[in-house]
Amino acid sequence: MSSLALPAVDAGILAKRARIVERLGEVVGARWVISDEDELRAYETDALTAYRQIPLAVALPSTTDEVSRVLAVLNEEGVKVIGRGAGTSLAGGALPLADSVVVGVSRMSRVLDIDTANRAIRVEAGVTNLAVSGAVDHLGFFYAPDPSSQLACTIAGNVAMNSGGAHCLKYGVTTNNVLGLTVVLMDGTVIELGGTHMDSPGYDLLGLMTGSEGQLGIVTEAVLRILPKAEGARPVLVGFSSNTDAGTCVSDIIGQGMLPVVIEFMDRPAIRICEDFAHAGYPLDVEAMLIIEVEGSEEEIVEQLAKIVAVARDNGAVHVREAKTPAESAAIWKGRKSAFGAMGRISDYMCMDGTIPTGRLPEVLVKISEICEGYGLGVANIFHAGDGNLHPLVLYDVNDPEQLEKAEACGADILELCVEVGGCLTGEHGVGIEKRELMTSQFNATDLDQQMRIKTMLDPQWLLNPAKVFPLAGRPEPVRLKTSEAA
Amino acid sequence: MSQYTPDSEAAVEEIVRAARARSEPLEIAGGGGKRALGRPVQAAATLSLGKLAGITLYEPSELVIAAKAGTPLAEIEARLKQQGQRLPFDPPRLHRLYGGDRDTASIGAVVASNLSGPRRVHAGAARDSLIGVRFVNGAGETVKSGGRVMKNVTGLDLVKLMSGAFGTLGVLTEVTFKALPAPETEATLVFEGLDDHQAVACLSAGLGSPWEVTGAAHLPAVAGAPARTLLRLEGFETQMAYRGKALGDALAGFGGCDILRGADSAARWAAIGELEPLAAHDDEAVWKVSTTPNKAPEVAAAIRAATGARLYYDWGGGLIWVAVPAEGDAGAAAIRAALSDAGGHATCMRAPDEIRAAIAVFEPQPEPVMALTRKLKETFDPDRVLNPGRMYAGV
Ligand SMILES: Cc1cc2nc3c(=O)[nH]c(=O)nc-3n(C[C@H](O)[C@H](O)[C@@H](O)COP(=O)(O)OP(=O)(O)OC[C@H]3O[C@@H](n4cnc5c(N)ncnc54)[C@H](O)[C@@H]3O)c2cc1C
Ligand SMILES: Cc1cc2nc3c(=O)[nH]c(=O)nc-3n(C[C@H](O)[C@H](O)[C@H](O)COP(=O)(O)OP(=O)(O)OC[C@H]3O[C@@H](n4cnc5c(N)ncnc54)[C@H](O)[C@@H]3O)c2cc1C
Repeated sequence: MSSLALPAVDAGILAKRARIVERLGEVVGARWVISDEDELRAYETDALTAYRQIPLAVALPSTTDEVSRVLAVLNEEGVKVIGRGAGTSLAGGALPLADSVVVGVSRMSRVLDIDTANRAIRVEAGVTNLAVSGAVDHLGFFYAPDPSSQLACTIAGNVAMNSGGAHCLKYGVTTNNVLGLTVVLMDGTVIELGGTHMDSPGYDLLGLMTGSEGQLGIVTEAVLRILPKAEGARPVLVGFSSNTDAGTCVSDIIGQGMLPVVIEFMDRPAIRICEDFAHAGYPLDVEAMLIIEVEGSEEEIVEQLAKIVAVARDNGAVHVREAKTPAESAAIWKGRKSAFGAMGRISDYMCMDGTIPTGRLPEVLVKISEICEGYGLGVANIFHAGDGNLHPLVLYDVNDPEQLEKAEACGADILELCVEVGGCLTGEHGVGIEKRELMTSQFNATDLDQQMRIKTMLDPQWLLNPAKVFPLAGRPEPVRLKTSEAA
Repeated sequence: MSQYTPDSEAAVEEIVRAARARSEPLEIAGGGGKRALGRPVQAAATLSLGKLAGITLYEPSELVIAAKAGTPLAEIEARLKQQGQRLPFDPPRLHRLYGGDRDTASIGAVVASNLSGPRRVHAGAARDSLIGVRFVNGAGETVKSGGRVMKNVTGLDLVKLMSGAFGTLGVLTEVTFKALPAPETEATLVFEGLDDHQAVACLSAGLGSPWEVTGAAHLPAVAGAPARTLLRLEGFETQMAYRGKALGDALAGFGGCDILRGADSAARWAAIGELEPLAAHDDEAVWKVSTTPNKAPEVAAAIRAATGARLYYDWGGGLIWVAVPAEGDAGAAAIRAALSDAGGHATCMRAPDEIRAAIAVFEPQPEPVMALTRKLKETFDPDRVLNPGRMYAGV
């Protein structure tokens, strides 16, 4: 493991492993507690594969009540808890600790209620993002937040990370689409927040829980807003001979009153890598490319695309390809959607996730290239341009410890640059373990203390996903509850 | 009663620190006018944000606007309008409900009360457009959360927590919102004579259609006027023609409809947002009832039967505005009983002091949630200096 420290392992917890496993088995059934080392390997990492650690055990409860009893046991035993959905976190959010129990919600994957009259769906937290849309697709509805990992990632992970996706520009991120949550607190208390109605009463605990990265409780159920599908949607692909032209084109489209559902940006290295992989017909003689998608009836689509293409041409677009058929639309999207896989084929990479004010885009892209060159690492940029959410992919060799360290340092410089220009450390992937120590660049001690007081209040022993989100230095001493050591 | 009017964040910090040291609670006021709302606050001093005003950042091409908390909403809206933009969530003033000047409502109070108008069904609540805050907590420390970019998942989201906390967790000093391009035009389909059940079914069908309904309200019949069910569309002129027809055809089962265009449509929705259809008299209490949209007709029927209330529906049925005689508990028990099966919550928006002191103005919460609420207050304002008791006793 590289420069990221983990809290010291509690030998007392390791020593009572057998009893913990047994007690968990009493709650969920022995077959749903994993303690065999080979089987635990499946849980040793998430999509931030640079870090790995086998947990003490994994528990797979099947109901809210079981989650409540599992947490009550672990709270009593003083055992750390790592919530886990599908393990696709790119920030190491689901990375276990040696003395922790992973509580996975993968068995809780039922759709509980579909309510199109009130435009809501109630699901267990382990259901995948795509399955939510799948459950209402035939009814003419969809669930808006669409992370690229939607085939695998769960609503639990989406809520914990406040995940977004390409359509966020128009429809918002997870927090804008959650109406209700069932959450189990560390002591086993079950709380119900919100419901099918809008505006839940009292403090906005729904908002606080969403994006809290497993720091405050384990989410077991969610009521989500579903939206009617548009009549149609179609992308246009526009190529530019400079990143600056592409950047100003994005500002101008928005400045002129248009709000496409998607504006995706790819730079030259990203275009090349995706094209080699997907043969989507991307232009290879441009520096930057935008994929802009609009929705509506056929006439609306035509009208909006015409306006967008005019703005693009005014900004020096050298290549315009309007999809005319569903097959052409699919081709445009195919390259973008396979970007991560394509990239993985040629190199290991760290996918960074900072946001910036869109007006600073051209300048930031130049600086990112300079930073990466300084470390002797390659970089490709693919991102959600409409809302300034950058995803520089920093290329490195995972088997070379020196390169891993360089990639980490390079990523940190990029994120600090984002903060410096008025943006933030993470737009959708979360802080996790990866950006924990960078939090001090965005927040001062007072800001962080206020957040940590909330953490302490909900989880006095700091048992929930404790190595994540907050810098290790400056944390309050956990309140040690009396554990049942003597029992 | 002392009155503090700081003109900087540092001055707010100082006032809060001094108040804490003296154990002197502060009542926080934005534009000021609505002090007689919520639970009566027992405070010896008022902290007024009126002088902490001004737009601090506006980048039209980034759809972002920031302002100090005391900035009048009217100023922000005027500035956005110059660039063809607006706040997405239609903030109402409710000046007709509370009296006073519609132009004094402050942006800080909009956030503190999480005020959202008819467009909430489409664009989300105020909290959904709020992307950054700076506030002074009860220890007199300035804390920031969020920022000036749309997407930000860095750390715990205190931005959401501050909206709708009615100044009990912090004194907002600066707020940052996402703006949206204002549409070229709007049109409203008006159906006449539907009963409440038919009307909510009509609104649900409209909201579930692909034509992007951005307002959905039902005004039941009153003496002299038939019931009216309204659905709003917004966008480019050409889209209005197409969508208006498509939506009208899809809802043909609810009868024919009239179409209000442009300014007529806008005026109708402004009136709905400002509670004009209720035409509440001064001797009436006003409630805001939030419930599952298609259960709203039952809830409304139960409220009417128990109290003789007058009411209308916004947010596709999800919001019912209710006027009841300001007597006894002003309908509190009856309204909450009506919600017990359907789910939802009720807030007393206006009632005489003695009634508000005696009833739960905000919806009582289940004990585990209330316990969290108290603990949260503790983490932000341990000595209960800020608007103590405005939402809940002891909070
Ligand atoms: C209990 C209650 C419920 C309300 N609910 C709604 C509603 O749902 N819909 C609606 O349209 N209107 C609602 N209002 C009315 C709303 O407050 C006014 O319409 C608002 O715009 C008045 O602006 P103001 O600046 O005059 O408010 P003020 O009367 O000054 O303030 C209103 C509330 O916000 C707090 N506040 C003001 N400024 C700050 C600040 N800078 N930091 C922290 N807290 C601050 C105040 O303490 C007070 O609780 C509500 C008001 C109250 C008190
Ligand atoms: C190829 C790829 C593309 C991606 N694209 C996007 C994208 O476009 N947008 C985006 O936002 N993200 C994206 N991600 C990141 C990731 O998919 C999201 O963060 C996702 O929400 C994680 O869901 P998960 O179910 O895999 O959660 P996990 O990885 O299992 O967990 C994520 C976090 O949630 C916590 N957690 C899990 N379950 C619970 C629970 N029940 N209660 C409380 N906390 C819990 C974990 O402790 C961890 O901190 C991508 C990832 C990959 C690998």
